[in-house]
Amino acid sequence: MNPPSRLPRFVIPTLVALLALGGWEWYVRSGRVSEVLVPAPTHIVQWFAESLLSGELLDATWVTMRRLIIGFAIGAALGVPLGALCARVRWVRDTLGVLALGLQTLPSVCWVPLALLWFGIREEAVLFVVVMGTIWAVVIAVQESVLNVPPLYLRAAQTMGSNGWHLWSRVIFPAALPGVLSGMKQGWAFAWRSLMAAEIFVVIVTGFGLGSLLNAGRELLRMDQVMGVMAVVMLVGLLADLVFFSPLERWLRRSRGLER
Amino acid sequence: MSTLLEKSAAPAALTLNHVTKRFEGESGQVTALEDISLDVREGEFLAVVGPSGCGKSTLLSLLAGLEHTNEGEIRLGDQPVTAPGRDRLVMFQQDALFPWLNALENVLFGLRLKPALTAAERLESARYYLNLVGLGNKEKSRPHELSGGMRQRVALARSLAPNPRVLLMDEPFSALDALTREQLYGDIQEIFTKRKKTIVLVTHNIREAVCLGDRVVLFSPNPGRVQQVFDVNLPRPRRMNDPALATLAAEVTTALSSRLPR
Repeated sequence: MNPPSRLPRFVIPTLVALLALGGWEWYVRSGRVSEVLVPAPTHIVQWFAESLLSGELLDATWVTMRRLIIGFAIGAALGVPLGALCARVRWVRDTLGVLALGLQTLPSVCWVPLALLWFGIREEAVLFVVVMGTIWAVVIAVQESVLNVPPLYLRAAQTMGSNGWHLWSRVIFPAALPGVLSGMKQGWAFAWRSLMAAEIFVVIVTGFGLGSLLNAGRELLRMDQVMGVMAVVMLVGLLADLVFFSPLERWLRRSRGLER
Repeated sequence: MSTLLEKSAAPAALTLNHVTKRFEGESGQVTALEDISLDVREGEFLAVVGPSGCGKSTLLSLLAGLEHTNEGEIRLGDQPVTAPGRDRLVMFQQDALFPWLNALENVLFGLRLKPALTAAERLESARYYLNLVGLGNKEKSRPHELSGGMRQRVALARSLAPNPRVLLMDEPFSALDALTREQLYGDIQEIFTKRKKTIVLVTHNIREAVCLGDRVVLFSPNPGRVQQVFDVNLPRPRRMNDPALATLAAEVTTALSSRLPR
């Protein structure tokens, strides 16, 4: 049992964080380790402020986000009907469904060499990698959630005269939605990791994204830039979850009484 | 006691003619229903009762058009039953309400599939039936915010709203507590008397069958067959603890246990 505390909960984590950062700063400044290897926190903050003011950071973030959003949208738009088809038609499930299961385990950055060959060092190549990261997770999630729609809902709807497109749009998809959303969240996470890997791996001439910015930091031996970009990448990932997926998921579950 | 195909004043709403239904099971073919012939009269409340495995739920699925007969024929009026249709709506054991819709929208679901109605007529009808089951003030509630009894009431309103010719009930009370069940028996009888519906109820609860049915059809299991038909000539509304009802229920129970292995 914890003794009753009068401190607000955030005080201790904040103190620990400040202490850690202070220790880090002191250690680097004392000259015990080269700044080339480990940048001081203040230098990272400084880089952050400079690149923010010069617009470099926002430009790179925008390039990356645009790739992610477009690629994710294409992947989801293709994945939903394909997943539905897998659920509906047995031989599609036995072919495409199984293929999706296999390809889902493949980190989509493995597609980079082929994508570069097929599309050149251009936007399409990165988009392809992001689409490949998204699509299979979505296909599998849609297939599974559609197959798991309680048969009772279908029977009830059918006796009321619902069938065909009406049954799909008014019963099957709404019933499958929570599962589809988790699949999309997973697809988003895969796509985000692959995009970073692809951007670090190759410099895409059509846009200078966060991954390229990180890689440029490496080539200039500017570890403050490398770690600064890492922080931004983390922040973007967190924000996507906190601002978009988690609230949507919670709202969906709450409105159906699956969660309080 | 009456004969199976009794000639009576009211025309038959549903006719079953030598209906047989088989399933492919793990250990070969299983005959769920064998040679069932039965009439459900217009405006009659028919209760089908029997032990588990007597094919009574299969019977309901056949009437609903969710399954197909192997032999024999089912007719609704003069039309053969081949597929699900709005003229035969089903109340299931679980309420089968859609959790993404509120009570009113759930009732509207079936109404929206009736092309002849205007939006205003649909809304009016949905509200009328929600009021009829005593849930006029729960329009906006999602299914999970309602109790089991309220949910089954919404399901009842949903099946009644499109004004089906026959209402099929597949043990809709079995998952409810005794108090709620008793209340619903009252509601159903009131609605039945008021709206003159044709209702087929399937249940394993003999008292429930006697309480609600104009006739009680007793099924025997393996394979499902009609064992005996009982007429219930008690005045409505009937109450579960009525001694006359208990006597008749005991009679049905005796008939049922005479066929069960000891």
